[in-house]
Amino acid sequence: MTLAPAAPPRASSATLIGIAVLVVALALVPTVSQALGNPFLIKIATRIVIFAIAAVALNLVLGFGGLVSLCHAGLFGIGGYVLGIAAAQLDGEVSAALLPATGELAVVLPLAMAVAGLAAAVMGVIALRTSGAYFIMITLAFNQMLYYVFVALQQYGGEDGLQFNAALTLFGHPATGRVPFYYGCVAALALVLAGMQRLIASRFGVVLRASAQNERRLTALGIPPLPYKLAAFALSGAVAGLAGALFAASQSFISPSAMSWVQSGDLVVMCVLGGLAYVAGPVIGAGAFVALEAVLSGWSVHWQLAFGGFIIAVVVTLRGGLIDLVRIAARGGRAS
Amino acid sequence: MTAPLLRVRGLTKRFGGLIATNHLDLDVGHGETLALIGPNGAGKTSLIAQLQGDLTPNGGSIAFDGRDITGAPAHRRARLGLARSFQISSVFPEFTLTANVAVAVQAGAGHSFRFWRDAAADPALVGPARQALDSVGLGGLERRAADVSHGERRQLELAMALAMRPRLLLLDEPMAGMGREDSARMTRLLQGLKRSYAMLLVEHDMNAVFALADRVVVLVAGQAIASGTADEVRNDPAVRAAYLGKR
Amino acid sequence: MTTALLIEQGLNGLQLGVQLFLMAAGLTLVFGIMNMINLTHGSLFMVGAFLAATVLAHTGSFVLALVVAVPATALAGLVLEAAVLRRFYGRSHLDQVLVTFGLIMVINELTRMVWGNVPVPMALPQVLSGAVTIYPGVTYPSFRLAILAVGLLVALGLYVVVVHTRVGMWVRAGASDRAMASAMGVNVGLVFSLVFAAGAALAGLAGIMAGPISAVQVGMGEPVLILALVVTVIGGIGSIKGALIAAVLIGLADTFGRVLLPPALGSMIIFMMMAAILAWRPRGLFPVHG
Repeated sequence: MTLAPAAPPRASSATLIGIAVLVVALALVPTVSQALGNPFLIKIATRIVIFAIAAVALNLVLGFGGLVSLCHAGLFGIGGYVLGIAAAQLDGEVSAALLPATGELAVVLPLAMAVAGLAAAVMGVIALRTSGAYFIMITLAFNQMLYYVFVALQQYGGEDGLQFNAALTLFGHPATGRVPFYYGCVAALALVLAGMQRLIASRFGVVLRASAQNERRLTALGIPPLPYKLAAFALSGAVAGLAGALFAASQSFISPSAMSWVQSGDLVVMCVLGGLAYVAGPVIGAGAFVALEAVLSGWSVHWQLAFGGFIIAVVVTLRGGLIDLVRIAARGGRAS
Repeated sequence: MTAPLLRVRGLTKRFGGLIATNHLDLDVGHGETLALIGPNGAGKTSLIAQLQGDLTPNGGSIAFDGRDITGAPAHRRARLGLARSFQISSVFPEFTLTANVAVAVQAGAGHSFRFWRDAAADPALVGPARQALDSVGLGGLERRAADVSHGERRQLELAMALAMRPRLLLLDEPMAGMGREDSARMTRLLQGLKRSYAMLLVEHDMNAVFALADRVVVLVAGQAIASGTADEVRNDPAVRAAYLGKR
Repeated sequence: MTTALLIEQGLNGLQLGVQLFLMAAGLTLVFGIMNMINLTHGSLFMVGAFLAATVLAHTGSFVLALVVAVPATALAGLVLEAAVLRRFYGRSHLDQVLVTFGLIMVINELTRMVWGNVPVPMALPQVLSGAVTIYPGVTYPSFRLAILAVGLLVALGLYVVVVHTRVGMWVRAGASDRAMASAMGVNVGLVFSLVFAAGAALAGLAGIMAGPISAVQVGMGEPVLILALVVTVIGGIGSIKGALIAAVLIGLADTFGRVLLPPALGSMIIFMMMAAILAWRPRGLFPVHG
């Protein structure tokens, strides 16, 4: 039973143009938002960009490594808590022995990535020894472990979460303005996409994609898959941690509900919805997901009914994700 | 006196009550092509799997070029120069043919913790990959491995094995499922490779065995019951009784 | 730790273990036989509890609640299997996770539409609302003892059926080798439906047993589902024996962990146990497949 097609992407001009178009479109949102006089748009777009980063991170292991991980919300949450705890110390409300008290993003974002990456590596050592259904269930269990740990940590707000008032800065400049912060997130997404694109096409990416297709063959050729899968998992966790830190920064708040297993499932849905075989697929998926969530929840209190139905429909019908529709449309347009 | 390239002593593998390999001794010399024949269930594929490292034997020893590899993991044996082609084609279906072989080249080119450079545009990988594809007659075919014919996939298997720059080719029924024409082409291909590589060939196609093998070993119930040139084995009464007679 | 506390917590742990076994039994068999990751198993747990609470509220009879809710949950499971899940047996695990993930949302929302957002109370049956003295100075709620007894009985019954009867043999044959089972002339489709319905009934029973102790509310199934997944993985996917042993192990470890350890550590203990066991045996304590 194979997973989604891990088609060999090239660093072709088409893909890079696609990424560039996406990023430019996202960068135009504040302008459009201002023109329409609708500030809500930026709020939604910030959410989309942050979840897009997390989903792109997940897709490194899911779409290209064939590993169905259900612990990425947990890693996302770790990143969020690293930023939250570091910043909340400035308020004097909490203290942590291992984290600096700072709201400087240039310090705290790399730190969030490092901690989340380390956590992913530790969980990966156990989870990657197994495969298939075991892997899915173990990552799900790890996600819940992280969730319950933060629920139990009363000094960091427990189930209610951790609020902080400290102003965040980037290289000393205030970074909390809604629009500048949004541009920062778009820039982070652009960097992540460009880096992922290189990574997937590199020798490392080749090994990762090959391991998803035929691990036994890879071993017989002389490449043990485990260290590569582990590195990919840790890297993926680090980028998910970055997204989580940005998420906490965007609302000056982080709580265990951001790391529930349902959030992990949501991230998987975003990847599948957008298209597993493409680096930028999850960006489209995150956009569609968050937009649909916003529209449906404004429409009815029972929106989850429609949303669940939508997910089922996606699984049944849309094997290549939304990005395939775009590509098919583009090809059809060219042919006619 | 030089040691043989591959030296197997007392190798034993049991699956529950079933004995797949029974205190087997086997040598493959430098540059030798050894054919392993035997009825279905004689333990040929299990033996290949133990040599390659996919299966762990219950007892006995395997030495490659004087080095004990009985407990070595499969990927290390591959680096030492043991290359296996699988009985049922085992490739990377979503990769192009060149990309498939390039993975094999990459495996022999040090670790793959290289994160930046585009591997598909790396002449150090693509060059040798194309060369290996040329040498098996698949040059210029830029398709996904999932989309090529069965015979072409068998050739691809061989190209991947060759790209590992092996010292011993473990070929598990390279003609399996091929038509007469494809088999003949594969036989000619292997005849061309004989000069450059030592081979352990498992094959049911007797024409191919007699055309290629320097020496033939007959495996029955996990034991070698006869060994010699093709003609000697063909005329061995025990072999005729146990194997050829049944066909 | 006093003897009294030890006994009380030991019983609590055993009770949790029995409940987890009832959940894990269905999960592990459905996975073992159909190769299906079924996240909706927690929804069946919830549905069972809601149905029982409703019957109880209308009739006041706990026995009637059991008699109606358990088969009704089995029926719900059958419908779910026939309508949706059956189509996904041959699909990738990813598709299975996604479709059951979507189903959880749908079922949760439907439940919310019928019963609302407020937890539904589930009154204890009169006979069992008291407490009994089980050890000098130790009283224990009779209802919890009854749950334990029923759970143990069902668990043992299930174990005997699966391990010692012909139907059980089919089920186990299916769990270890599907092709072989169908070659042996086992009606695989029927066995699938049967196993699914039985799993649903057990999940429903577990839900009913949990009802009077914790609140009957939307989303009550998911935490139990995840604990049951942990049990399944530790026991070895497809193994009833493994599920039983792992369930008791997890039930006791979780209960004592919460009493003896600081909260953050206590909530981690079973997951750390899982990690340790899998580091030692990646396919669980009693691996069935290959």
